[in-house]
Amino acid sequence: MAESSMPSEKTNPPLLSVRGLTAAFRSEGMSLDAVNGVDFDLTLGKTLCLLGESGSGKTVTMRSLIRLLPPTARIGGRIELDGVDVQSLDDEHLRAIRGTKVSMIFQEPMTALDPVFTVGHQIAEVVVWHEGVSWSAGRKRALEMLDLVQVPSARRRLDSYSHELSGGLRQRAMIALALACRPKLLLADEPTTALDATVQIQILLLLRELQRELGMATIFVTHDLGVACEIADRVAVMYAGRFVETGEIGEVIKTPQHPYTIGLLRSTVHAGSEKGRLTPIPGAPPDLLNMPPGCAFAPRCSRAVGACSDHVPELAQVKPGREARCILVSETTPS
Amino acid sequence: MARRTTYVDETLTPQIAGGRTRIQRTYWQAARRRLVRDPVSMGCISILSLMVAAAIFAPWITPHDPYVTSIVNRLKPVGTPGYLLGTDELGRDMLTRLIYGGRISLLMGLLPIAVATLFGSVLGVVAGYFGGKTNMIIMRVADVFFAFPSVLLAVGLAGALGAGVVNVLISLSLVFIPPITRVAEAATTQIRTQDFVEAARATGASAPRIIIGHVMTNVSSPILTYASSLIGLSIVLASGLSFLGLGMSPPLADWGLMLNTLRQSIYLAPVNAVLPGVMILIASVCFNLLSDGLRTAMDVKP
Repeated sequence: MAESSMPSEKTNPPLLSVRGLTAAFRSEGMSLDAVNGVDFDLTLGKTLCLLGESGSGKTVTMRSLIRLLPPTARIGGRIELDGVDVQSLDDEHLRAIRGTKVSMIFQEPMTALDPVFTVGHQIAEVVVWHEGVSWSAGRKRALEMLDLVQVPSARRRLDSYSHELSGGLRQRAMIALALACRPKLLLADEPTTALDATVQIQILLLLRELQRELGMATIFVTHDLGVACEIADRVAVMYAGRFVETGEIGEVIKTPQHPYTIGLLRSTVHAGSEKGRLTPIPGAPPDLLNMPPGCAFAPRCSRAVGACSDHVPELAQVKPGREARCILVSETTPS
Repeated sequence: MARRTTYVDETLTPQIAGGRTRIQRTYWQAARRRLVRDPVSMGCISILSLMVAAAIFAPWITPHDPYVTSIVNRLKPVGTPGYLLGTDELGRDMLTRLIYGGRISLLMGLLPIAVATLFGSVLGVVAGYFGGKTNMIIMRVADVFFAFPSVLLAVGLAGALGAGVVNVLISLSLVFIPPITRVAEAATTQIRTQDFVEAARATGASAPRIIIGHVMTNVSSPILTYASSLIGLSIVLASGLSFLGLGMSPPLADWGLMLNTLRQSIYLAPVNAVLPGVMILIASVCFNLLSDGLRTAMDVKP
């Protein structure tokens, strides 16, 4: 891990820079806009958490970054990763950055590991493909990786099939697989959702530790506020394919600006909420094929005014590094 | 498959595998181990090996010439000295002809299935993996073949191509490509949507790599199981074609053809007449039981 150097913060341009990202799925005269203009920067060593309900576009946003979407998807905007324009890459170069610069861990480790190969083989395979080393070197790296992700008796686990491992070990193996070529950016798609609570926290702690140790950037998709608090530096709350609020995790939790974030916090169980009742957000997320005009959240918003439906509000800066997409915010704060 | 096994030996270098007692097993090694431990499968393999060996070494082990007829020795019953399994309607030794018949019949069972498995699994995996138009074209063509029952299709194709060993092989291969394609396509469609295929893409694997490395290995179990269950059917179909006069022609020794020519003698020497059928039965039952064992052995989950 010694060679994963961390450039100094000051001269460091962002590792990942995303501007105006859109993703739409097209099929036979239908077009479904899953992501409608997302901008963010991410530097090495930081974690951005994409928070939102199912269908809010968080996973699609993340997958667009390495264009890991079905062929019906159209990705727009600019994605610059470590000085490389991802959008302009041909297939061969795209494959070359997948796994080496960016890799991904999945929600369900049972299905994300190939059932007919041993865990060690799968990790070694990636290393052999990307680095052109021998199988024995790949296997050696696999062992190192399993040690790194704190798999007990790693040497024995190397020859285990995924069905022989517990859920937590499987996810650790998945992480080992993702980190085998020492990526700079790790994409994590709800990696703890399928695990039980005690294992969840272990995996989160492990991810945090690994991130610090390897100095990589992480994008973490989750719908769980508690998980976001645990892991994130910054959080971006997504709704209907747009960021509705961004900021440092602590600030967003303490002083949410957007009514959706407020609603999300009210409907979550947290310490000190035993007495009060949970308040769900009324209604359902909008139909992406039939989006409401203006602010997508307006139909469910308790504070909506007539102007909400006129146009989609801009992301307004509340203070440096803190933005919200709501006309109430843009009215109260001069920008 | 070679790639998968190559690193096993390399890894047994001291600094990595030092003190390890557990033997590294690849998927195929584990499957083979399970197969070897199954008595039914091993029994079938023994019987089939015996048949194949007998067919291969027929000229050296058979007591008589399969084609020399003898009017005086017609339809001798089973157990006649010098003719262990009796003689047929032209006085040829049954044992000899059954052994020689195995050559054609087993070939008719194995070769068309091997060819069909090769083409069918490639077509099916490609159709299943790429989906969309590719899938539509391949599967609709397969559907056309599906419209006919396999026996009728075999009869039709063999009839169109004319009698003869090669033509029967071709028509049987064509008959079995569509069903194997379908099984491969179904299995691939299921595998394709699994996260590990996505995960392989996320680690930068190309489509051919994913297809060969991950999809093929995962679908090989259902394909091989299904294909091995078709071997019996193929033997029966080939025999059927011979029986109808569309396959092999006399005096060639072939189980189906022998069944056909001995048919007229069924009241005179019923046991002799039934013997080729018994051989077909044993061979196809063995192949079917073996396919069952194969499925169990190749199932990954314990």
